Amino acid sequence: MKQKNLVVAILVTILWILPVSGGMAANVYKIGGIFSVTGRASFLGDPEKKTMEMMVERINAAGGIDGHMLEAVIYDSEGDPAKAVSAVNKLIHKDKVIAIIGPSTTPTTLAVVNFTKRANVPLISCAAGIKITTPVDPWVFKTAQSDLLAVAAVYQQMKAAGIKKIGILTVSNAYGESGKKQLLDQAEKFGIQVVLNESFGAKDTDTTTQLAKIKAAGPDAIVCWGTNPGPAVVAKNAKQLKIDIPLYQSHGVGSPKFIELAGDAANGNILPTGKILVTSLLDDSDPQKKVLEDYQNAYENKFSGNVSGFGGYAYDAVNLLAGALKDSNGDKEKIRDNLEATKGYVGATGEFNFTPQDHNGLSPDAFVMVEIKDGTWTLLK
Amino acid sequence: MQEIVQYLFSGITTGAVYAVIAVGLSMLYSSTELINFAHGEFVMIGALVMVTLWVRIGLPLPLAMAGAVGAGCVSGLVFERFAIRTARNPEPITLIIITVGAGIFLKGAAMIIWGKDPFSMPAFSSHESIEIFGAALLPQSIWIVSAALVLAGGIHLFLKQTLTGKAMVACAVNKKAAWLSGIPSEKMGILAFGISTGCGAVAGIFIAPITMSAYDMGTILGLKGFCAAMIGGLGSLWGAFAGGLLLGILESLGAGLISSGLKDAIAFVLLLLILYIRPGGLFAAKEAKRF
Repeated sequence: MKQKNLVVAILVTILWILPVSGGMAANVYKIGGIFSVTGRASFLGDPEKKTMEMMVERINAAGGIDGHMLEAVIYDSEGDPAKAVSAVNKLIHKDKVIAIIGPSTTPTTLAVVNFTKRANVPLISCAAGIKITTPVDPWVFKTAQSDLLAVAAVYQQMKAAGIKKIGILTVSNAYGESGKKQLLDQAEKFGIQVVLNESFGAKDTDTTTQLAKIKAAGPDAIVCWGTNPGPAVVAKNAKQLKIDIPLYQSHGVGSPKFIELAGDAANGNILPTGKILVTSLLDDSDPQKKVLEDYQNAYENKFSGNVSGFGGYAYDAVNLLAGALKDSNGDKEKIRDNLEATKGYVGATGEFNFTPQDHNGLSPDAFVMVEIKDGTWTLLK
Repeated sequence: MQEIVQYLFSGITTGAVYAVIAVGLSMLYSSTELINFAHGEFVMIGALVMVTLWVRIGLPLPLAMAGAVGAGCVSGLVFERFAIRTARNPEPITLIIITVGAGIFLKGAAMIIWGKDPFSMPAFSSHESIEIFGAALLPQSIWIVSAALVLAGGIHLFLKQTLTGKAMVACAVNKKAAWLSGIPSEKMGILAFGISTGCGAVAGIFIAPITMSAYDMGTILGLKGFCAAMIGGLGSLWGAFAGGLLLGILESLGAGLISSGLKDAIAFVLLLLILYIRPGGLFAAKEAKRF
């Protein structure tokens, strides 16, 4: 009899504790992260994951948001859309997060948006593809600059330099295709004529054929749109073919790695890049300079290795989300509304002004044009 | 005209790389009837070891080359010993699948050793390109083409002139008969493995300066080499060589004259056509499938 009582007592205690621990968990804001931490796009996902962890730690150390601590649940998509989908389902159904940051790449983001939309979970992607926020979906935001802005920045610079005819050479993957579309679409607006458009494979060992063809078409400049290492091969080949017209690259190569890979051939290349690459060269009056220095110091003190612009996407995403979580009481609808109402947030990537029509919120000012001289970046303009 | 010459130069350079890879594949196939789908990974090993020895450690060029080829051969032998020879059921299809798996393993191992970032390497000789008919010929292209010729010629002489080489051909023609006449056929298979993967490493060494080397560079190169070997006729040394050059030139002309977006498609459509018209490959006579 006594034993039975004991069992009942234990059961009651357990039943009594359970809802309380559940209640404790509600005090924590659970936010999800999906990044390409390993795999081909790890150069994006690795700094993003580290940055998200660092920022969450920082916010918690400062007392959380309205007294709620943040808890980050981060999954690795390995750059694979299928794995991103299973991660997003885990985040929504098992971890029951109130918002998601990531994924890191355009294909993985496009794969998950349908799920977050249906579950009404706000998503802040760290990928660049314009398709993520056009057409605008109420639940999807992104922090990375669109190719649209990068192309606009390149064309503005070309217009100022008096370049009228260009040949374009794009990598044959989603990044290159998206860049090509923007380059072709916006050319007319800036009075630029695309005389030839060619492509190369991401793993091609040689692009002299395409460059010779472009050279023969006689443009004023060549634009190469790709991510490492392809553009470094293009830069090398262009030098070997003694092509003396300017070679423009995309923001996809905006890292010291490109200079290392292309060596001498990188000199003279012009590209748009986020400001993080040239923080020390920025004018003191630039409102982003302080933000960037702060992020750079914090990141480099905590992790080995240099800070990259890609981590900056996660930095902004966490900060934007933290801002939106304020006064939201963990309500997803409210978080979304707060995000959309965000104005004038100065982040690592640029100044964000979200509107119901614009869920990227950046202007071409988020890019600066740089030229590589003597193996280092110099600001143009 | 100027462009066409440029396309040809570019095609011959890429083609010579494919040729070296195809020769290695073909050589292994003719002595062991095994298609090694991990072959491209040995190209990657050659390139990355070369980067390490020459650029990082700073060994003299010939020594670094020897080291990289050695690494290719040794890893090939280890691969043969632990992945191929331990197979309980040495059916060709089992072995082929083993090579696919081993390829993935090698790629993963390289990712752990060298990391995910690509590496760049300077050319072996001065960087200035030579102008012929207004087209630029890269010094590295000359290096690659000569390396391919020397390698194929060397293997040809080895198989035709030396006793070991002849023994290897004998094994290829009939393993059992060769064994009965006292040729250690198993050792010949191992030797073929070492030479084949060494060839892969040579290809890696010579393309490292014109492209970027990374842990995942091998797979597509291995496939292109396989394609080249098929065009030329698997098992034929010079057929594989010619197949490589042909594939490279077709790719380049296709990219230049038609569209660079269709470059790979053109090459693969041609492969299908060739295989449809001559299933054994361009240079394989029906009765003499081997060397």
